[in-house]
Amino acid sequence: MSAVTTPARQASGGVNVKIINRIVIYGLLALFALFYLMPLFVMLVTSFKTMDEIQNGNMLALPKAPTFDPWLKAWGETCVGLTCAGIKGYFWNSIKMVVPAVLISTMLGALNGYVLTKWRFRGATLVFGLMLFACFIPFQSVLLPMATILGSLGRFGVTLQNSVGTSFGLGNPTVNLVFVHVVYGIGFTTLFFRNYYEAFPTELVKAAQVDGASFFQIFRRIMLPNSMPIFVVTVIYQFTNIWNDFLFASAYAGTGDAMPMTVALNNVVNTSTGVVEYNVNMAAAMIAALPTLLVYVLAGRYFVRGLMAGAVKG
Amino acid sequence: MAFLEIDGLRKRFGQVEILKGIDVELEKGGFLVLVGPSGCGKSTLLNTIAGLETITSGEIRVDGRAINDLHPSKRDIAMVFQSYALYPNMTVAGNISFGMEMRGVPAAERQKAIDKVAKVLQIGHLLQRKPSQLSGGQRQRVAMGRALVRDPKLFLFDEPLSNLDAKLRVDMRIEIKRLHATTGTTIVYVTHDQIEAMTLATKIAVMRDGEVQQFGTPAEIYNNPTNLFVADFMGSPAMNLIPATIGTNGNALSVVLQREAREPINLPMANAPAGLSAFQGKPIIFGVRPEALTDPEGAERNASNIATADCHIEVVEPAGSDTFAVTNLGGKGVVARLRADANIQPGTSTPLAFNLTKAVFFDPATENRIR
Repeated sequence: MSAVTTPARQASGGVNVKIINRIVIYGLLALFALFYLMPLFVMLVTSFKTMDEIQNGNMLALPKAPTFDPWLKAWGETCVGLTCAGIKGYFWNSIKMVVPAVLISTMLGALNGYVLTKWRFRGATLVFGLMLFACFIPFQSVLLPMATILGSLGRFGVTLQNSVGTSFGLGNPTVNLVFVHVVYGIGFTTLFFRNYYEAFPTELVKAAQVDGASFFQIFRRIMLPNSMPIFVVTVIYQFTNIWNDFLFASAYAGTGDAMPMTVALNNVVNTSTGVVEYNVNMAAAMIAALPTLLVYVLAGRYFVRGLMAGAVKG
Repeated sequence: MAFLEIDGLRKRFGQVEILKGIDVELEKGGFLVLVGPSGCGKSTLLNTIAGLETITSGEIRVDGRAINDLHPSKRDIAMVFQSYALYPNMTVAGNISFGMEMRGVPAAERQKAIDKVAKVLQIGHLLQRKPSQLSGGQRQRVAMGRALVRDPKLFLFDEPLSNLDAKLRVDMRIEIKRLHATTGTTIVYVTHDQIEAMTLATKIAVMRDGEVQQFGTPAEIYNNPTNLFVADFMGSPAMNLIPATIGTNGNALSVVLQREAREPINLPMANAPAGLSAFQGKPIIFGVRPEALTDPEGAERNASNIATADCHIEVVEPAGSDTFAVTNLGGKGVVARLRADANIQPGTSTPLAFNLTKAVFFDPATENRIR
């Protein structure tokens, strides 16, 4: 008798346990999602409310009369420190800094990865190990040495300006930040590309050599076109990091016209003339966060696997 | 003067010597197969010819010109890789013409060359596809097209068929042979498959541990192996290598084979190799190919030296075209190749004919051939 009933009971018990497990898992996930989405929700609804509604209403309530004014004000009118021309200038400052920094560091990383895997030289592993070390250096420890170097470069720029007539951008805070972020980013980008190219079929490089392609021709025609997935990963990573950086930005471009978005946002929030305009602050913060979101949405589409299919074997 | 000459080629990686003085030469229009087990240095040798690996010492000459210090693209060679190494981001046409593009050949000329090669290999309908959209055999064809389009002095093939399934491999093997016959190109071909080596080559170099064990025509390699390794490596099913001793039978020398629970077989030798007399009473390795060990009716009629002996058959394997029978001699399983309709039962004793004209003998100490 038991031989007949036991499996059935076990089976039904198994189904129940499974359902309970699902409920617990999804319940927890929903809870965490809520926890993480709550600040974003508050920011969003606050940025569309009027000051009256913020002062008198519920923080979580939806705006009764949604308005774009806080966004427009944050973009074009709000005060950053003493100048009241909005954050738009600083937004472009960040773009001007981030785009070259991301592209240069990614290209250098790709080149490094290519050399370290396909043109191995004596001590290649050691060089890679040392570059990897750059990933573990804390930001704070390079602040002062980097300031010294940037100062020297700036003075060199002045000398050039006086003798040749152009400083080649040396001493310009935006150029300085690009330099800092490229140097700091090379460790990561090299790591990404080296690991990707390690699995890249070396026979393709050999075939291209037999075909007469030069070092850079192989890089440009064979390696780069087949690096889309890691290229996208690296760009997302570097863009997010550099755009969000506050420490280097405040240390080397903390004042003046070249100030990047992150520092400007800080100054918007810290500017205290009259009432604190929460809705404007929230809108400014949202604007500051948008590019990284946009990069994820746009680049993520290309982040697909299987681009190497068909290169080798069947 | 041969077309391809390799003289005393050595290659060292740190302390390890990969190639230990290779001497090989090939006539124009020849087909050289480098064959050997994994790690014997055959692919390294091919890569040194291609210029993808440097050499430590020695010289490689093609058509009288030393090429060992030239860049791969300047050696006038083309290479087909084991993995095909098609550029995944380019179309078939792009793959085939990449080399010409790098050499600055005008677009119109490139197109003409692509069309010509596509016609030869029948890949015209695939030209606009990417490698990922091709089957294994089609990729193989494109890889060959990329080599053919260069019209080089020397073709290098690095195990081109090892990624294909068994049937396609046979088809492509025939295709390569046909291609060689029609174009008359000079080819160096690396494989670990001794059947490919036998069927394709005009010259075979059997390699082991960075040394050429034997260099010769397929027939020489098959019928006159210089040592135990070559004898064992070439041929399928492999040559039977039976521990035996040399005795006498009247005036003639004889081969004595031990059997389980029966008196030894004593095979009289009519024309033993001269070196064998020194081994009287001593152990040797007796080598006989399965086709030289057969049923008496199936034995070669005009062979001068055939000896027949009763053997206990342990296993019978009908293979359709032939029947293989396994017996036990000298403590080893020995394969005999009989006619397909030979009447033979496992567990019985049957007379087998040893074709001693085709038999070879090896010194067990040096593993070299006794001649």
